[in-house]
Amino acid sequence: MRDAIDIIAESLIKSVVAIGFLFASFGYLTYAERKILGRMQSRYGPNRVGPFGLLQPLADGLKLLLKEQVTPREVKTFVYLAAPAISIFVALMAFAIVPVGPPFFLFGKERIMAIANVNIGLLYLVAILSLGVYGIVLGSWSSANRYSLLGGLRSSAQMISYELSLGLALIAVVVLAGTLSPMGIVAAQNQTGMSWFFLLQPIGFLLFAIGGFAETNRAPFDLAEAEQELVAGYHTEYAGMRFALYFAAEYINMVTISALVTTLFLGGWVGIGNGIFFNITSAPWAQLIGVFWFLFKSAAFLFLYIWIRATLPRLRYDQLMWFGWKILLPVAVLNLVVTALYVSLI
Amino acid sequence: MIQAYVPLLILALVAGGFAASNILITFVVGPYRPTREKLSPYESGMTEIVPPRQRFPIKFYVIAMLFLLFDIEAVSFYPWSILLRSLHFAGFIEMLIFVAILLVGFIYVWKKGALDWE
Repeated sequence: MRDAIDIIAESLIKSVVAIGFLFASFGYLTYAERKILGRMQSRYGPNRVGPFGLLQPLADGLKLLLKEQVTPREVKTFVYLAAPAISIFVALMAFAIVPVGPPFFLFGKERIMAIANVNIGLLYLVAILSLGVYGIVLGSWSSANRYSLLGGLRSSAQMISYELSLGLALIAVVVLAGTLSPMGIVAAQNQTGMSWFFLLQPIGFLLFAIGGFAETNRAPFDLAEAEQELVAGYHTEYAGMRFALYFAAEYINMVTISALVTTLFLGGWVGIGNGIFFNITSAPWAQLIGVFWFLFKSAAFLFLYIWIRATLPRLRYDQLMWFGWKILLPVAVLNLVVTALYVSLI
Repeated sequence: MIQAYVPLLILALVAGGFAASNILITFVVGPYRPTREKLSPYESGMTEIVPPRQRFPIKFYVIAMLFLLFDIEAVSFYPWSILLRSLHFAGFIEMLIFVAILLVGFIYVWKKGALDWE
């Protein structure tokens, strides 16, 4: 009985903390994006609300909350309302298996720094990521708007196309690590000094990064929101908080993908040089140092997201499909075959 | 082992409640002053001529079907990928046969032009 209460209390606290953390990072990711994009285009970015514009995300959130909700005449109301909720729900669920730091002891029990430690971790992740399409398809279809429909179709076709090579890149990682559990994968990367998987799996890393960009509908794969053609894509008819949920889902997915890149390819929460120069897991403050490394690596990948948005032009739709199916998919299969050959010989 | 999934269930409840309350709150806060024009579908300022629900290109269906095929293939890789260390080279050969069969299908799809987008 006490065990049951313990588990429930622990997961409740972790869930609330994780959701709070994800929303805070959503807010400040929008701020960072506008600030960095501004600097890259010789502008200041937001600098009016609070010092350095740091209160801008709060002001934006408040504005979106107080906006009028326009629900167009011909929408299918229930689906129209459920779709953004599905999007945000899926985005929040995906983060559950990411370990953000080493385990720690509290109240006589070892606690893990992830919401759940399931042994089918990556399979769960792939399943949840696939569900992300539903929010977009349902929202775009129920809006009864041509821009929405086309934008939704485009992004769903794009997401399922790139999901294939993303999934195959994941399998190559699983083959190397021999486990589906994210914690096992972090451990496998840090067994022998530096054997992080972006060194052993450079092509898999690239495939996963590209697939991640496409999954989150970010530049250069942001065809769903090609403003010149489609206004705002699948969320054209959404306003205020409902739009904000889609917006939040996109940014939280970015955070999740970065966290996954960190976990699967960049050695997770273990710092550079661990095992060679020192052993971080036994150091005092190991947990804090671990979380710091995790956040640092994730932030670095998030910066890459913004950097690429400022650098690369958007692809054309036929180029996007051609690239996904005729380049990425064969390369992903080949990568898997080579990795499997290597693993089966050792 | 089933215990490991309890946190996921609780997260699902918290996240679901959070998502639902965010949608429901939109009915409470904010003004509501609908007009006829405001409630019409957005058409970049033009008047609506044809009804917005129309058929869309068959291409998207084809992509979706191909995705199903290849995704099921990817799923059947998962159990194999964990066991590969104990299957050794024989496991690799078996997987190679599987990939070869898939490759035939992929080449067929490619040559049929299902992957071309015009």
